[in-house]
Amino acid sequence: MMAALDDLLWSYQSLIYGLGTNAILGLSMYAVLQLGQLSLGQAAFMGIGAYAGTLLTLKLGLPFPLVLAASALVPAVVALVIGLPTMKLSGVHLAIATIGLGEVLRVAYINTEFLGGALGLSGIPGKSNFWIIFGLLAVVLAGFILASRSKIGRACEAIREDEDAARVMGIDVTAYKMTALVISAALAGLAGALNAHFSSFIGPNEFAFETAVSILSFAILGGVTTPFGPVLGAFVLTALPEVLRPLHDFRLVFNGLIIVLVVIFLPRGILGFRIRRTGG
Amino acid sequence: MLSQQLFNALVLGSVYALFALGFTLTFGVLRVINLLYGFYVAAGAFAALVGVQNLGLGLWAAGAFGVVVAGLVAVVCDFLLLTPLRRAKAPELSSLIVTLGGVLLMNSVMQIVFGAEVRRFPARLLSQDALSVGPLLVAPLQLVIIATVFGLVALLFWFMERTRLGTAIRAVAERPDTAALMGVNVGLVVGGVSFLSAALSATAGILIGLNFNAVQPYMGESMMLRGFAIIIVGGLGDIRGALVAGLALGFLEVMTAGYVSSNLKEAVAFAALILGLWLRPNGLFGRASGKRA
Amino acid sequence: MLKVEALTRAFTGLVAVDAVSFEVAPNTIHALIGPNGAGKTTLFNMISGLLAPSNGAIAFKGGDVTHAPSHVRARLGLGRTFQNLRVFGEMTVLENVLTGMHPRLGAAWPLSVLRSPAARVEEKAGQAKALALLDKVGIADHAGRPAADLAYGDQRRLEIARALASDPALLLLDEPAAGMNPTETAALGDLLQDLRREGLTILLVEHDMGFVMRLSDRLTVLNFGRKIAEGGPDAIRKDATVIEAYLGTKVARKLAAAS
Repeated sequence: MMAALDDLLWSYQSLIYGLGTNAILGLSMYAVLQLGQLSLGQAAFMGIGAYAGTLLTLKLGLPFPLVLAASALVPAVVALVIGLPTMKLSGVHLAIATIGLGEVLRVAYINTEFLGGALGLSGIPGKSNFWIIFGLLAVVLAGFILASRSKIGRACEAIREDEDAARVMGIDVTAYKMTALVISAALAGLAGALNAHFSSFIGPNEFAFETAVSILSFAILGGVTTPFGPVLGAFVLTALPEVLRPLHDFRLVFNGLIIVLVVIFLPRGILGFRIRRTGG
Repeated sequence: MLSQQLFNALVLGSVYALFALGFTLTFGVLRVINLLYGFYVAAGAFAALVGVQNLGLGLWAAGAFGVVVAGLVAVVCDFLLLTPLRRAKAPELSSLIVTLGGVLLMNSVMQIVFGAEVRRFPARLLSQDALSVGPLLVAPLQLVIIATVFGLVALLFWFMERTRLGTAIRAVAERPDTAALMGVNVGLVVGGVSFLSAALSATAGILIGLNFNAVQPYMGESMMLRGFAIIIVGGLGDIRGALVAGLALGFLEVMTAGYVSSNLKEAVAFAALILGLWLRPNGLFGRASGKRA
Repeated sequence: MLKVEALTRAFTGLVAVDAVSFEVAPNTIHALIGPNGAGKTTLFNMISGLLAPSNGAIAFKGGDVTHAPSHVRARLGLGRTFQNLRVFGEMTVLENVLTGMHPRLGAAWPLSVLRSPAARVEEKAGQAKALALLDKVGIADHAGRPAADLAYGDQRRLEIARALASDPALLLLDEPAAGMNPTETAALGDLLQDLRREGLTILLVEHDMGFVMRLSDRLTVLNFGRKIAEGGPDAIRKDATVIEAYLGTKVARKLAAAS
């Protein structure tokens, strides 16, 4: 039995690991979307984490836990720096600015020899494993669930419904938004490093527009009223193209179609229910 | 030399300005950020290409063909994607998201149908002899581009001010409910704006395709990202801003490519975008809005 | 309690509030009245921090809050309701009130997330207090329903309960009686008087003249963004400029001639 499981794990390793890292990316999207912020920088932050982690492993040979910590920290700091000016922006401006960030970085990566230029970095050792990935996912998910059920979750929902009313209730909306952005960046960076360490290769085109939209599609499909939503969305959208072979080449078409259909017909996503909390 | 570069900048900038204008039209009237707008660049360019290669059309006919096809595709797409949202009075960000999905979908379909490699317009279309105008070497194509853009912009302004449909569009832009009460067929206006703005996008696409003699499925995407920079810097919904910012971006890109490094050319737009958001979030001609304490 | 000095707000082409000054004394009910478009809601938005003044100063409890963010003002004890009802529709009625209590729920966020005993005790106490508030405004029966499902008048009451949840010292009420029938208005008047008796200061904007005259200790009248009169109900009732502002010059002259 265990041998069979081992075999299964081996052949589908990439897919299974991908489920985990995409779920973390979904939660990274959830962090900002639950406040009603359409920040699409997850792909960019993922790239920063991936590159940072890869460099630390390849050039400095640091132990993996340290690499992971750094790959979460670096994007978080970047988010802190660029986040403040964007706080005053409305949803549309934020969405566009964050998409633009990914593109700027992509050009930067292509033009930087140190980062492998257009060819990217290869030969990354396979340090990620099932327990690290899903262990981290479980911890992060648990964190989000607990937060949702507390007064913090209440404040987030208030901000999502009506920012000004939330302000007037004494909620420091700017602090919440900044925190959400930093957490989102850290999680995306973490996922990027985990991903790099089982893909053995990263390139500048993996962290741009299409990736940003794919990550968005996880959250849209699953819904953002509960942390389980984006996780489920990520699982479905990662696994489906593998399970349905013919769909594989049409993965992007499929993602795009999903977003369109869900927004029009299922605006709250598959898991549209509200999280239960005290008084709820 | 400098004057040549400036002329090149004018050519590129005017196409960018045209592109931004169409986008501003969509946003200003329909109040939606329609990311499919970038797709029509490719749609128009490919349709024109098909017109030339498969239908044997001449340059102008193919161009018109491309524009009309793109316009019709836009009317259909907008109807399928945006009308349900408008009916459900969905929040503004929903249209951004749905068109995000739409553009991913359409770009991918385009790639599957046409393949990813770069196509070129047949050489016979473009007269290669450059004219000498003062110190400048001017390709006929460049003159065509400038003339087309300025002509279209003038035509657009005439249309908006002097025709019934144009007035109806402006009415809907300001107060859709009142316009409807006054008997304006809002559905027709929305369709008209979809067609018109896609036509502008497609024209920009065809001109860019001719200018660089390269047509590929994702060409709309890089235009779109430039478009973002232009409309954000110029101010969302601000026509003057779009025109000025478009020209300015063309200038910056040509100067960067010529004097700094052509690799960084793409980064210019996004650097401008980020600076613009940081320093003047309300656009060049910033409009006063209620800012919080 | 509240002191507004030469407060001004200009938009391009329009001065919505023009150098308005007034003071709200503690433990009173103070009303802001004036014809539509006189600038009352703009003034409210500046006092609660949602709009930055072009000029002037605002002092609350003796401290300058002119540029303080809204949430800071809320924590200092400034509560507010909205003219066009802004309850959190998808949350339950009880949750709405608990959200209003946010600044008073002092448990540090890690404790709250991890549901430490202290945090849980605080939440329970908060719930009890929220229910008491809902009872006070008369909608305790609806505690578990989504706020958007409530009738209009009940939603108004929910807004008041929510604003009271943070134990404010000053409550800004933007047209609290709008859309209410006489019975509901009378009940609201009783509630506001109870609150005043309990030590609250109230600044309200209202169009229902009878309601305002019966209830207020002092009134400030605005027209076209400027203060045109101020005083007790009797003085305002007879003030010529006020009558003119509301009814127009012709009618004002006729009334003056008739009296």
